[in-house]
Amino acid sequence: MQSKDKKELLVIAICGLITGAIAIALVALGNPANMGFCIACFLRDTAGALKLHSAGVVQYIRPEIIGLVLGSFACAIITKEFAPKGGSAPLTRFILGFFVMIGCLAFLGCPFRMILRLAAGDLNALVALVGFVCGILTGIFFLKRGFSLGRSYKQPVTEGISFSVIQVILLILVIAAPAFIAFSESGPGSKHAAIIISLIAGLAVGCMAQRTRLCMVGATRDLVLFGEKKLFVGFVAIFIAALIGNIVTSRFTLGFEQIGKVAHSDHVWNFLGLYLAGFGCVLLGGCPLRQLILAGEGNADSAITVLGLVIGAAFSHNFGLAGAAASKAEDGTINPGGVSTNGRIAVIIGIVVVLIIAVLNTFVKKNAKKEA
Amino acid sequence: MLDARGLSCPEPVIMIKKAMETKESKYEIMVDNRTSVENITRFGEHQGYKVSVSENGGDYTLTLTR
Repeated sequence: MQSKDKKELLVIAICGLITGAIAIALVALGNPANMGFCIACFLRDTAGALKLHSAGVVQYIRPEIIGLVLGSFACAIITKEFAPKGGSAPLTRFILGFFVMIGCLAFLGCPFRMILRLAAGDLNALVALVGFVCGILTGIFFLKRGFSLGRSYKQPVTEGISFSVIQVILLILVIAAPAFIAFSESGPGSKHAAIIISLIAGLAVGCMAQRTRLCMVGATRDLVLFGEKKLFVGFVAIFIAALIGNIVTSRFTLGFEQIGKVAHSDHVWNFLGLYLAGFGCVLLGGCPLRQLILAGEGNADSAITVLGLVIGAAFSHNFGLAGAAASKAEDGTINPGGVSTNGRIAVIIGIVVVLIIAVLNTFVKKNAKKEA
Repeated sequence: MLDARGLSCPEPVIMIKKAMETKESKYEIMVDNRTSVENITRFGEHQGYKVSVSENGGDYTLTLTR
């Protein structure tokens, strides 16, 4: 192995370890269980705070999201990688983002939280991981046959910086906490580290993710497609740091039963939820975290994808599509939670829609080119 | 010359990988972002090619030779 390769792997391994450690620290400092980072949950909470949905227990403007985008933005400016671009099938990306969120919230977590849950011994995340990998493999099937959402083009500066400016406005809102913003008084939305800590954590991880191109989907995708293990090393490093952190802080509980940890054991829907997320994210070119990082770098297509994720979260809670966490009543009865009928139908619709998008942008496009 | 400008990874790498099936000793590909430069360079070197990069106004031309 060349020394350049070794250095690259070492850098992403260290960044992955630091990211995993920060995630554990955030939980110790107030974030919900196994939710040091969860892009799906945090976008959902932010959507709730802006009253795009009215689920009272999941409303809070998460400073981690703001930090991730602004950290990436700052790094991209410093390294001269900031480049406003867009125009690659924005509406298709919005729809993909929408359904990726439906899938994530059925499982109760994005791929990042899947790793964190797994590192806490939550075996439901293992079921989801299998679904996630199957989704990625399905996406790869189409990538290998020419799937593409088309080219992006250079855009005016406003197109590149607007998403970061929105984050600054959100930061002002979370600090000022005006009455028109909703903040949960109970439930996961009420659990959070101090704003400054969450923000710094987001900035640090945003910076590292921008430099290393960290991506939960890319990890498996690049390994399968090209035998490239760089991103996979980052994925594993996050897991290892979180695993050690959970054991040290006595937060590791091996098993399917994870009462109070925002999880359920509806196996089929944990599998299919992250199958949908994995499949959709491969078509989008990256996981929800990567979309935030790219949006910070000035990619308007990724910003549109994030808006799709946000609206997906709003629909998910407005129409009862999100999974319900297992809980224990005061008399000791256990409510297993799970995914509602509406949620199951939404996940199936999502898989069908993503499949149609994949087919149309692989085979139909190719045939149209041949005829031309 | 392959033109992968405007395409994001993994598409540019898939493009060069498919081109390499002809087993030629030299390939050229244009991209417009540094992630693609890094990924193609890494992939090319792992396939036994020497990779050189030149930049022109935000576009990068990678030349892979062996």
